Amino acid sequence: MIFHKHQATVNDILSRYPVKRSAMLPLLNLAQKEEGYVSQAAIREIAGILDLTPPQVFETATFYTMLNLKPIGKFHVQVCRSLMCALVGADPLVDWLRKHLGIGLGQTTEDKMFTLSTVECLGSCGTGPMMQINDDYYERLTEDKVGRILKDLRETGDCSLKSGPFLVPERGEGVVSL
Amino acid sequence: MKTFEKILLTNMERPEYTGSLADYEGTGGYKALKTVLGKTPPNDLIEMVKKSGLRGRGGAGFPTGVKWGFIPKDHPGPKYLCCNADESEPGTFKDRQLMERDPHQILEGIAISCYAIGAQTAYIYIRGEFRLAAKILERAIAEAYRAGHLGADIHGSGVTVNVSVHAGAGAYICGEETALLESLEGKRGKPRTKPPFPATHGLYQKPTVVNNVETLANVPHIVNRGADWFASIGVPPKSTGTRVFCLSGHVKRPGNYELPVNATFRDLIFELGGGMRSDKPLKAFIPGGASAPFLTPDHVDVQMDFESVAMAGSMSGSGGITVMEEGTSMVWAALRLMEFFYHESCGKCTPCREGSSWIVQILQRIMNKQGRPDDLRTLTEICENIGGRTVCAFGDAEIAPVQSTLKYWRNEYEALIEEAEALKGSRKEIPVLSLA
Ligand SMILES: Cc1cc2nc3c(=O)[nH]c(=O)nc-3n(C[C@H](O)[C@H](O)[C@H](O)COP(=O)(O)O)c2cc1C
Ligand code: SF4
Ligand code: FES
Repeated sequence: MIFHKHQATVNDILSRYPVKRSAMLPLLNLAQKEEGYVSQAAIREIAGILDLTPPQVFETATFYTMLNLKPIGKFHVQVCRSLMCALVGADPLVDWLRKHLGIGLGQTTEDKMFTLSTVECLGSCGTGPMMQINDDYYERLTEDKVGRILKDLRETGDCSLKSGPFLVPERGEGVVSL
Repeated sequence: MKTFEKILLTNMERPEYTGSLADYEGTGGYKALKTVLGKTPPNDLIEMVKKSGLRGRGGAGFPTGVKWGFIPKDHPGPKYLCCNADESEPGTFKDRQLMERDPHQILEGIAISCYAIGAQTAYIYIRGEFRLAAKILERAIAEAYRAGHLGADIHGSGVTVNVSVHAGAGAYICGEETALLESLEGKRGKPRTKPPFPATHGLYQKPTVVNNVETLANVPHIVNRGADWFASIGVPPKSTGTRVFCLSGHVKRPGNYELPVNATFRDLIFELGGGMRSDKPLKAFIPGGASAPFLTPDHVDVQMDFESVAMAGSMSGSGGITVMEEGTSMVWAALRLMEFFYHESCGKCTPCREGSSWIVQILQRIMNKQGRPDDLRTLTEICENIGGRTVCAFGDAEIAPVQSTLKYWRNEYEALIEEAEALKGSRKEIPVLSLA
């Protein structure tokens, strides 16, 4: 029972909508947060909560690319491959990551630490190349920087290079002069 | 030299500003809410926003006040406001900054807009990847409830506004307003056929307004400083105010720059953006996100307002400007964008679903020097069969990169195809890339 210990959260989610089914994505996201992916058991439980059939939940889940329907590594390395990042070096970075991790796209390292994917634009096009690992963004990447991020994550489970609240360029003066 | 005052970024650009409720209130935040709630008749607010000339910042540029005016006033049941924070158009990253740096500016805009259209419930539909922004918004919402800026009977006005954050789970198409509503209802994010429009049949088939984050963030400022003030900025009466333009690509200083809408691409790229990143000259730029047709160096003096960019043959769309230097292959650039559209097509209509895959396959073989002499004609035909023949505007968007690069850089396509012809027979066929 995945949602058992989250009963308060589930109730809070359900209370936000006049129609139960709207809780679909919040519950799917919660399930993935809990287990790292959306399991069949989670799908059955969500169907129970929403008064739907499991295929209805599954059918919806397959539409959304962030939902992993199979287990993946502890850290999901997702590099943006869209044009704006590609213009500033996303492709060589993906190649470097493939070599460094010794895996192809969509694959997971043997120690189950890293899964490597490419994804489409993540809304950080001015600070590319960039990637998302689990909940965090990492921007203005270089090979050295990515090397350090992977090392930190492997050793400590966290990395201080992740992005904080976005503001680029850093500071203006409230006025623009042209 | 001319000086312009920023509207939306002024606060967040001050070094000490954190975006907390105290900081926001310290700069006059929630004053507009207190001024209008329960005092200004909702219809006066709608008229004020109409008069300001504010137009949607999400891409389509629809006049905001006019959209609000479509909400039936005598409708007995619930009405909804959806704040579109899906921000997935490649080249666009302004809403993220607005949410992460000044969330209360958006919440105040949402509360006032809800009051204007008579909605008691607002959902902020945020793309699932924006975890940090969602967390910051949720924290800000909790602060606003505690301070009485949201919830029941706000500041004794009798007005109720409840706001919650609803995270998506990865799908560009959920930024399209009716797909957003489907997704918010817990379904696959497939656009609905219009009409009926969300104004009468929106979320749960109830009257609904969908507005972009930046659009809503402008509302408190219009209330505080007046419609005439806002309408005096830019190109009155049609394109008014400022926009937060997102600059990316081969420039020295990419980032978010707020400018009056009548500033030119030259102002943005060469003044604020510092010009090209190396000594290679400008070759091309996209003026309004991935869905906007490419423009050339001949267009840098065009103003960035909706009409001027449309006159130049493109659109100012989401305000994302991507710069490409000499040496960038335009066929490659079109392919990269097309791969995005192929990946993101929701599959509801045949021309979009099938057409996008055909275009990708043809562009891939041209790039692989396996193009065929009739490929350009085929590409043109496929585009013509998608444009205007789909359920949502995605269809028109996806053909923009191909059509515009074919228009201005056809020689690059032809050169690659000629190379393929010359290579014919002299080497083994390379298999066309699979559509992973
Ligand atoms: C394919 C597609 C994707 C869109 N993505 C977004 C988006 O990410 N954010 C957004 O605000 N509007 C997006 N829009 C525009 C919305 O449909 C809608 O026009 C907008 O949210 C309305 O708000 P506005 O009038 O304040 O701009 C998209 C439209 C299409 C056709
Ligand atoms: S145009 Fe494309 S994205 Fe839009 S509804 Fe049709 S298939 Fe879906
Ligand atoms: S193109 Fe990579 S984040 Fe937008």
